[in-house]
Amino acid sequence: MSLILDIDHVSKTFLQGGLLSRRSVEAVKDISLQIEAERPEILSVVGESGSGKSTLAAMVLGQQLPTRGRVMFDGIDVASIRSSAARRAFMAKVQPVLQNPFEAFNPLKRVDRYLFATAANFMMAKGKPSRQEIEERVDRALVEVGLTLAEVRGRFPHELSGGQLQRTAIARALIPDPRLLVADEPVSMVDASLRMSIVNLFGALRDRLGLSIIYITHDLATAYYISDRIIIMKKGEVVERGNARAVLDNPQHPYSIDLKNAVLTPDFA
Amino acid sequence: MQTEALLHAPEAATQPTLVVDRLKAYYTTKAFGIDRDIRAVDDISLTVAKGEIYGVAGESSSGKTSLIKTIVGAIRPPLHVVDGTVRFNFSGQSYDIYDMKPDKLQAIRWRHLSYIMQGSMNVLNPVRRIKHSFYDFAFAHMGLDRATFWDKVRDHLRRLDLDPGVLDSYPHQLSGGMRQRTTIALATVCTPEFIVADEPTTALDVIVQRDVLAMLRDIQRDLGSSFLFVTHDMSVHATVSDRVGIVYAGRLVEEADTPTLFRGARHPYTQHLVASLPKIGDTTRRASLPGRPPSLADPPSGCRFHPRCPLAMDICSREVPTMTNLTPRHRVACFAVTGATP
Ligand SMILES: Nc1ncnc2c1ncn2[C@@H]1O[C@H](COP(=O)(O)OP(=O)(O)OP(=O)(O)O)[C@@H](O)[C@H]1O
Ligand SMILES: Nc1ncnc2c1ncn2[C@@H]1O[C@H](COP(=O)(O)OP(=O)(O)OP(=O)(O)O)[C@@H](O)[C@H]1O
Ligand code: SF4
Ligand SMILES: [Mg+2]
Ligand SMILES: [Mg+2]
Repeated sequence: MSLILDIDHVSKTFLQGGLLSRRSVEAVKDISLQIEAERPEILSVVGESGSGKSTLAAMVLGQQLPTRGRVMFDGIDVASIRSSAARRAFMAKVQPVLQNPFEAFNPLKRVDRYLFATAANFMMAKGKPSRQEIEERVDRALVEVGLTLAEVRGRFPHELSGGQLQRTAIARALIPDPRLLVADEPVSMVDASLRMSIVNLFGALRDRLGLSIIYITHDLATAYYISDRIIIMKKGEVVERGNARAVLDNPQHPYSIDLKNAVLTPDFA
Repeated sequence: MQTEALLHAPEAATQPTLVVDRLKAYYTTKAFGIDRDIRAVDDISLTVAKGEIYGVAGESSSGKTSLIKTIVGAIRPPLHVVDGTVRFNFSGQSYDIYDMKPDKLQAIRWRHLSYIMQGSMNVLNPVRRIKHSFYDFAFAHMGLDRATFWDKVRDHLRRLDLDPGVLDSYPHQLSGGMRQRTTIALATVCTPEFIVADEPTTALDVIVQRDVLAMLRDIQRDLGSSFLFVTHDMSVHATVSDRVGIVYAGRLVEEADTPTLFRGARHPYTQHLVASLPKIGDTTRRASLPGRPPSLADPPSGCRFHPRCPLAMDICSREVPTMTNLTPRHRVACFAVTGATP
């Protein structure tokens, strides 16, 4: 059994506050988690706001280094990646989709430029791509999320709606043909219909491309609908984990039970 | 000015706090020397009564944020008002947002109106600790001495499940949901009469969301504030909104009291929206709406929903259906519901 991702007893502590009020925040406490290479899956991470979900994601992406423990991707310790070539190879395989699409794009840069740069950067490994090859790759990624290059061309981030921008961010992540997507609340800004089309897209990417997806969300209903496994976090710890449907149908930990009970139901019937 | 919207204001006796009348606001951009209009807000009329919670829902990029921005007068080029009016009534005084001096508008914003923007983390100054944002934003308007002011701020943060310690943090040191709650705290600590919020709880877990919504509701109840807010989350509307308006491609297509909207939606788009909600315990595959969202630069003729509508008839691509009252508090714009007379 080979592991594509091996999160091994990872913790992260931050320092916060002023000189007089300095305190340390244990954002992630001793979390272990594995994803098998041969069994692509959608792993949902749910839980309290401020419980360390984004911090965990940042460590998987190599953007934050663990205070203790290590994150192994495809047999390599993420903390050991130094050279820019190794970094680029790693980033081609592990791609982020961020929480706030308004923060994901530079407001002064046209969105298509950003996509072209991403494509050029990752296609470079196979020799310098032509303009047309780049545009085709970008368009293909955009079509996968229900947009086209024609719609996005020349636009600045503020000229797109939140939903359009988020779909563009997912398209950008698909450009290098990654093995793992780390999607931090990728659907919180989009309507229910689009939300379903994006999680269905995640399911299709898993089934078609063998992509694994870490899906951080506050939406338990879509986690139930699409994911294979789930972990529930509170105050930096995993309080419950297992098969997504089993856990959500019958949560055991008091926090998980509270969480499920707090889900608002749109039923009036 | 007698408007369709005014005639069925919820509290006919008192003036609605907000009257939006035939509002049109477009993004006008120049491409190759040709003006191009993105008709993001296209002929919308609605009212919000004193003490009412009015929810707006609709497809992504249908113009909800543009509508909200136009209502609070927070627009800048290329977005501009093409037609219609936005009128607020505060303490017996009427204010036309697009017929007053900018400094007066500023004053009203501070005194009566509070606007929580979508993805609004950027109201927090990234290089200063959170407490400075509170001080700059709210201290001058609350007329309290410092100690009382900070006590009040800390209490308010606790109501939003935030540790008052966040005051000493920088924005980037907070999680997404903590930042979102901080901006809500900033916008509500002065307990305004009219709160406008664009996707205020999208970054929150359901427990914290419940507490935040409860806080907003408390303010609304205690002070009789009105609350106009946008969210995609239909279950949030189901829980807090008194009335819901559904926007499709820049137009309001249906509006009703919340229970009516969920139980007896009549517009095919609203019906789809209500039916598309996933639930825990349900894994049946949910289809998303066929076709693609319309371009607001070149919207479909007639009813803008017609290319995707299962009930579309001949007339739908020719004539624009107008909002028509089915009951005094239920309006819908659809020929299949109101008969094919435009
Ligand atoms: N760069 C940082 N510096 C200091 N503290 C941080 C930093 N990033 C996160 N934290 C702290 O770590 C904790 C966990 O934050 P994180 O963003 O991981 O939460 P989260 O589970 O993603 O929450 P949300 O659901 O609100 O997005 C919080 O207390 C936060 O204040
Ligand atoms: N500054 C701008 N210039 C040109 N077009 C814009 C600008 N801002 C928004 N638009 C366009 O106006 C339309 C409506 O956008 P708006 O942000 O109001 O939608 P929304 O309903 O709030 O969407 P979401 O639910 O995704 O937030 C979109 O087609 C968007 O691309
Ligand atoms: S007016 Fe016609 S196209 Fe529009 S929603 Fe009604 S039936 Fe469908
Ligand atoms: Mg987060
Ligand atoms: Mg919006």
